[in-house]
Amino acid sequence: MAKRILLVEDEANILEAIGFILSRDGWEVLGHGKGETALAEIDRVDPDILVLDVMLPGRSGLDILRDLRERPATRALPVLLLTAKGQARDREQAMALGANAFLTKPFSNDELVATVRSLSEGSVSPSSAGDDRRSGA
Amino acid sequence: MATLAERNGRVELTGSRIRDRRLLIGMKQSALADAAGISPSYLNLIEHNRRRIGGKLLIELARALGVEPGVLSDGADATIHDTLQAAANGLGEGRRGGPETDRIDDLAARFPGWTALIAQQRKRIGDLEAAVEALRDRLAHDPVLAEAMHEVLSSAAAIRSTADILVREADLDPAWRGRFHRNLHEEAERLSRRATALLGHFEAPDARGETLSATPVETAEALFDANDHHFPAIETGGATAIASILDQSAGMEDAASRAMAERMLTRYAEDAARLPLSALLPTARAARFDPSALLSLGGGDVALVLRRLATLPREEPAPAFGLAVCDASGALLFRRRLMAFSIPRFGPGCPLWPLYAALARPGQPDMAILRTPSGARFRAWSVAQPVSQTGFGSAPVMQATMLISPVEAGAEDGAGDRDGDRNGAAISIGPGCSLCPRAECMARR
Repeated sequence: MAKRILLVEDEANILEAIGFILSRDGWEVLGHGKGETALAEIDRVDPDILVLDVMLPGRSGLDILRDLRERPATRALPVLLLTAKGQARDREQAMALGANAFLTKPFSNDELVATVRSLSEGSVSPSSAGDDRRSGA
Repeated sequence: MATLAERNGRVELTGSRIRDRRLLIGMKQSALADAAGISPSYLNLIEHNRRRIGGKLLIELARALGVEPGVLSDGADATIHDTLQAAANGLGEGRRGGPETDRIDDLAARFPGWTALIAQQRKRIGDLEAAVEALRDRLAHDPVLAEAMHEVLSSAAAIRSTADILVREADLDPAWRGRFHRNLHEEAERLSRRATALLGHFEAPDARGETLSATPVETAEALFDANDHHFPAIETGGATAIASILDQSAGMEDAASRAMAERMLTRYAEDAARLPLSALLPTARAARFDPSALLSLGGGDVALVLRRLATLPREEPAPAFGLAVCDASGALLFRRRLMAFSIPRFGPGCPLWPLYAALARPGQPDMAILRTPSGARFRAWSVAQPVSQTGFGSAPVMQATMLISPVEAGAEDGAGDRDGDRNGAAISIGPGCSLCPRAECMARR
C-alpha cells in the first residue's frame, strides 16, 4: 500500500507539479492550500510525511510546526519544510521547532524526491537534511 | 588609546621629519638655518636627532618649511594617517604595486588636499559598506519584502518543477502535458507581476537609494516590535519608565529616532493611564477580545480601545492583532504588522483599506472583513477621530486607526467561505498598489 504524503502549499502550480512527481515516485499524494485549516487536514489525512510551506495564508508553516510538535499524535511526524532562499531566520526557527528537513525554493524535482525518500526511510534526524546541508548554508 | 600609527611602531623623530621635509621641498640646510635664525651646524644636530626641539624654534622651522608645527612634532595628522593605513591594509598585505605605507607622512606633507580627499573617500566607502550591511540585514528581516520575495521564489519553484516534468517525462499523457503547459504560461505571467511588485518595493523616493536606511519611524517601530508592543514598566510605572526603556534599546543614539520613539511611548503611557489593563482585561476577556463589545470602554474613545488591544500582554488568550494609524493625508504614522497582512514600508497602503474610508466618516466606528490577494481573511475595526483640541472656526486634526485580526477558520461571520466573498461580505484588498498583484483593481494607481 502506498505511503501517504500531505502537501500544505498555497501555490496551486507548485502543488500540482510536485504532487505529480511524488505520485510517479509511488506516493499517495494529497494537497491542502490553507494554513488556517492545515492542522485539521493533517488530523483527517493522517499522513506518513508532511511537506509544509513556511508562508501560508492565514497561518504560518512555523506556527503549524510548533503545534504539531506540541501534540503527542504528531510529535514524530516527519516534516519537510519549504522555505525561500535568503530567509535564514525561517530556517533557524524551523530547526529549533523540530523540522526534519528543508528545501529552499526554487528546488529541483530530484532534490525533492531524494529528500522525501530519506525521510521515508528514516535516514535523517530532525533538522539535518535538505539542500541547506548540502550547500553548507 | 594608541593610534594605528603607534601600534604599527611608527615613531619617527622630529629632527628626521624636519630633514625629510626640507629635502622634499629642495631647501638647503643653510637656507633653513638662516630662516629660523640658527646656525647650520646647530640645525644639523637637530636634523640628526641629537638636540631636542620645541617651542618657538619648532614654530619658526615649521613656518620656514610651510607646514604646521604638529606635522613636524607628531608626523601627519594621526587620524588621516590611520585612515590611509587602513585603506592600504584593505588592499591586502604584500600586494605588488600597492601603496607605499612607509611614506604616508611624505604624502600628507606634500599633498595635504589630496591626502584629505583619499581619507574622506575611504571613510565614505566605509559608510557605504555599513549601509550595504544594513540593507542585507533588512532583506532578511523586513516582513513585507520577505513575503514579496517568497512569492517570486514560489513562482520560480513552480516554473522549475513544471518545466522539469515537461522536459524529462517523455511518456507524459497529452492531457497532463497540456495542463502543465498552461500552468507554465500562467506561472510565467504571475512571476512577471510579482517581480514588478518586488521592484516596486525598492522604488524609493530618493534615487540615491539612501531611503532604504532606517528612518526614525522605522527605528521606533523596531523598538515596539522587539517588545511585542507591550511595555510592562509603563503599564505599572507610567511615563517615568520611558527614559529607561529608551536607554536600553538599540538605535536610540540617533536623536531623531529617540525623539520619535519617545513620542510613541508617551502616547502609549497616556493610553495606559486612560485605559489601564485592570479596567480593560476583565471586560475584554469576557467579550473574548471582540472590539465591538468594548467600545464603551475608555470613555467611548474607540481609537483608544483599538490601540490598547494592539498592546496586550503576550500571555493573554487574545487573537493576534495588527494596527495601522494614518493622518488625514493617508500617511501611515504607526504600524503593528501581522503575518500575511502586508503593510508597505514606503508610501500609502491599499486605498481600499477601511482605514482610509474611516476618514470620510469621522467618529463612526466600522468593522469589515478583508480578503488579501493570497486568500487570507482579516477582520478590521476602524475609526477616525480628531486628535487635537480646536477652537471655533478651525478644523480638527484627524487620525484614522485600524485594528486587524485574522479570521479563524470556520468563524461564523459570513466571510468564512468563498460564497460570502462573492456576495460582497469581504472586501478584496491588497498591500498597497506598488506591491499589489491585483492588476484589474479599480482603485489601482
